[in-house]
Amino acid sequence: MTSSSDTRIVVTGLGATTPIGGTVPETWEALLAGRSGARTLEFDWVAEYSLPVHFAAQIATPPEQVLAKVETRRLDPSSQYALVAAREAWADAGSPDIAPERIAVVVGSGIGGVHTLLNQWDTLREKGPRRVYPLAVPMLMPNGPAAAISLELSARAGAHTPVSACASGAEAMGYAVQLIRSGRADIVVAGGTEAAMHPMPIAGFAAMQALSTRNDDPAAASRPYDTDRDGFVLGEGAAIIVLESEAHAQARGARIYAELAGVGMSADAHHITAPEPEGSGAARAMLEAIETAGAALSDIAHINAHATSTPVGDVAEANAVRRAFGELAGSIPVSATKSMTGHLLGAAGSLEAIFTILSLHHRVAPATINVDNLDPEVGLDVVRGEHRALPEGPIVALNNSFGFGGHNVALAFRSV
Amino acid sequence: MASTEQEVLEGLAEIVNEETGIDTAEVELDKSFTDDLDIDSLSMMTIVVNAEERFGVRIPDDEVKNLKTVRDAVTFIQSAQS
Repeated sequence: MTSSSDTRIVVTGLGATTPIGGTVPETWEALLAGRSGARTLEFDWVAEYSLPVHFAAQIATPPEQVLAKVETRRLDPSSQYALVAAREAWADAGSPDIAPERIAVVVGSGIGGVHTLLNQWDTLREKGPRRVYPLAVPMLMPNGPAAAISLELSARAGAHTPVSACASGAEAMGYAVQLIRSGRADIVVAGGTEAAMHPMPIAGFAAMQALSTRNDDPAAASRPYDTDRDGFVLGEGAAIIVLESEAHAQARGARIYAELAGVGMSADAHHITAPEPEGSGAARAMLEAIETAGAALSDIAHINAHATSTPVGDVAEANAVRRAFGELAGSIPVSATKSMTGHLLGAAGSLEAIFTILSLHHRVAPATINVDNLDPEVGLDVVRGEHRALPEGPIVALNNSFGFGGHNVALAFRSV
Repeated sequence: MASTEQEVLEGLAEIVNEETGIDTAEVELDKSFTDDLDIDSLSMMTIVVNAEERFGVRIPDDEVKNLKTVRDAVTFIQSAQS
């Protein structure tokens, strides 16, 4: 199938396993119901290591409930989640009948197979090298999830793994667009996955004061844009999207959710973790996404923000939105869905891309929960209390993702 | 303590099932690990190490290539136990 730089890319399948649902429909229903996925962790290691954070947003449906036993044994949890989400997305796309050489996989992760890495290190120290699992390396490598999905779908056009911390899942979308437009694939299974529910990453994030310590009320801990926000809530899971050239999707009569119309990426080159406070890099990513979508600023009807609930990050993003949109900034409904899901790190970008797509599909911007007192420094129209209906007709929605390292990715989706 | 042939076979079948998902009933004495059961070298190493732990024996790496059939493994484990 011929492709070019103006080939339209459409969304034909969605899959996710998240802290608020084992599938996309379950997750979306929980999101619209305003349910938080955060709860107190029941692992012994919370007390054993005296972790300062006692809660997180764990996956709602453990993979053992949906995968074969041998799959859970031979795959790191990050790959298990990705496989669960990819199967749902592929089935949702109608299990396309397509030559293996025309399907690619792009699945990112922020951290990779950290459970396997650390558990096998424990095994080495306690039992010696002979007991280290022979599949330890392929399980811990960050491209393991992309490889597992490539094997599952016989996807032979390529399997790739962007790693850009919490922007990984969104960056995967950008790379997928390039693969289709350069003619290397007709369908790309793209997204992100993360499984870092382990004391070491939690201790690391806590040490950098990135996590909320609202131990007495986990469900209220993720509160983007609220004056009392004190950090993000660690989440886990995977979100996978089937992207396809419009011509290919139409030729097979596929259901089309939305168009992935524009992608913008930039790097702050400012600080390893702190966002550039004026938001110039993030603003450039947003403007590039809008421009490559062929849209005007006034076409943007909704923003699904990165908004992790950290004191500094939320304001920096708000500054970036105001910088990009000027006077229009205060009139665009903004949703911060991490208030319910927690922060899925490398899966956050693709999960929130799914929310953005469904917001266009169902014409509704989900309410952000826990915003009791909107921080006056934010200056955005944060959707809270009630969901907001989005206008009929052609509209564009923006999805922001930022990662430690100064990575900025913005995706522009257009309604169909 | 020495195990009977049947005990070793059953234990081995459980280990194979755990690692590969192959049904325990498929793990029969005359089956070849590679040709009949399609077990690759990585899985074989895990099966060997788990068998060592379960049966309290040591199976040297050099010996593993000689364990072509399930019977070879059962016989080796029984003789190593005695």
